[in-house]
Amino acid sequence: MAAILSTVPDPGPPPPPAPAPAVDLRADFAASGLPEIFDELDREMVGLAPIKRRLREIAALLLVDRARQRFGLAVGAPTLHMSFTGNPGTGKTTLALKMAAILHRLGYVRRGHLVTVTRDDLVGQYIGHTAPKTKEVLKRAAGGVLFIDEAYYLYRPENERDYGQEAIEILLQVMENQRDDLVVILAGYADRMERFFQANPGFRSRVAHHIDFPDYGEGELLDIGERQLAAMNYRLSPRARTVFAQYIALRRGQSHFANGRSVRNALDRARLRQASRLFQREDGPLSVDDLTVIEAEDILASRVFAATAATEEAAP
Amino acid sequence: MRITQGTFSFLPDLTDEQITAQVQYCIDQGWAVNIEFTDDPHPRNTYWDMWGLPMFEVRDAAGVMVELAACRKVYGDRYIRLSGFDASHGWESVRLSFIVNRPANEPGFALERQESEGRNVRYTTRAYAAQLPEGERYS
Repeated sequence: MAAILSTVPDPGPPPPPAPAPAVDLRADFAASGLPEIFDELDREMVGLAPIKRRLREIAALLLVDRARQRFGLAVGAPTLHMSFTGNPGTGKTTLALKMAAILHRLGYVRRGHLVTVTRDDLVGQYIGHTAPKTKEVLKRAAGGVLFIDEAYYLYRPENERDYGQEAIEILLQVMENQRDDLVVILAGYADRMERFFQANPGFRSRVAHHIDFPDYGEGELLDIGERQLAAMNYRLSPRARTVFAQYIALRRGQSHFANGRSVRNALDRARLRQASRLFQREDGPLSVDDLTVIEAEDILASRVFAATAATEEAAP
Repeated sequence: MRITQGTFSFLPDLTDEQITAQVQYCIDQGWAVNIEFTDDPHPRNTYWDMWGLPMFEVRDAAGVMVELAACRKVYGDRYIRLSGFDASHGWESVRLSFIVNRPANEPGFALERQESEGRNVRYTTRAYAAQLPEGERYS
């Protein structure tokens, strides 16, 4: 009850902040708790150097803005809406989570939670269904970050009665009028997002930061795979590591390659094969090593190698 | 006659800023915030109409304030109250409720005396506003 009552009486205008003679940005940075987040980012996410640089730039801008505010220098509320473009599996969603944490530490969103939605969550199925649905989502995301995955599906030019347009209009309005309540992040493939922005110029002008996610290199993918395995208490035998590097090189050339996600799926299948290999083994009890090491044969059994072998046989 | 009821009945009407703080308190306690409205001011009227559904998933008061603004736009001439519903086991009831909107003109109540057997008198309060049909009372 005390907590309730203490918020009720009007405290009157807050005392004017004492004019600080100087601002120590380093101390500000350390106090904001951002270093931990950036360390976490460097530790957990492989590669993505341009993105990490961009995030630091945004954080620096927001810190400087805050410092300017303290001196009473005019600062317009910054537009923080972003668009993440890149191929599948390049870490867009993971980074959106980090972004929410960063903005929360800097005080630009009040709660710092991430609400992930797709077209289904925003667009209704009949007339009059879309607006309440979209508003419901916006209400849930208030004070946090709204992440719209595959945002270009909102706009379907081939169907002029599509309700996506209605959702877009509500979104645009909220992105403009409630900038201090929520941050919207749009994500999707680069080329289709480009077309989406061309068709909806309102979005392009309201999105301040366009961040492009590059594909991972082969070395980075191998690194990602090993980290994923380590998180699950597995490891690759030295020979399996070379084979897995070959696997990645081959898999990248094939269609439907989804970067980090493909690596994860391949490792899931390797674990499956390891399990059945251990199950079928006849000799004695298993050691901890047996249970944690993934051998080359677990990876070599993949269809990817079979397909290449087949084409090589067919070629000559 | 200024009608009061609920948690802050002894205080002047809350400002939007204060309402936001209260709503955030409810959300932080894990209570679902509801918006209700009525034009029957009788204190024994427990059947207020709900504006939308209870907001179980909202994490920030701004989401509730948007709905409150929408409700005021439509029913700004009626009483609107907010309540915080605690769904946790053992409570399952409203923990906090307060009026956030009232009609510009509140005519108050008439006290009616009914003479019954002997020298007994029964008392009834009747809202002047409630003499008109619902929807026309404060417009």
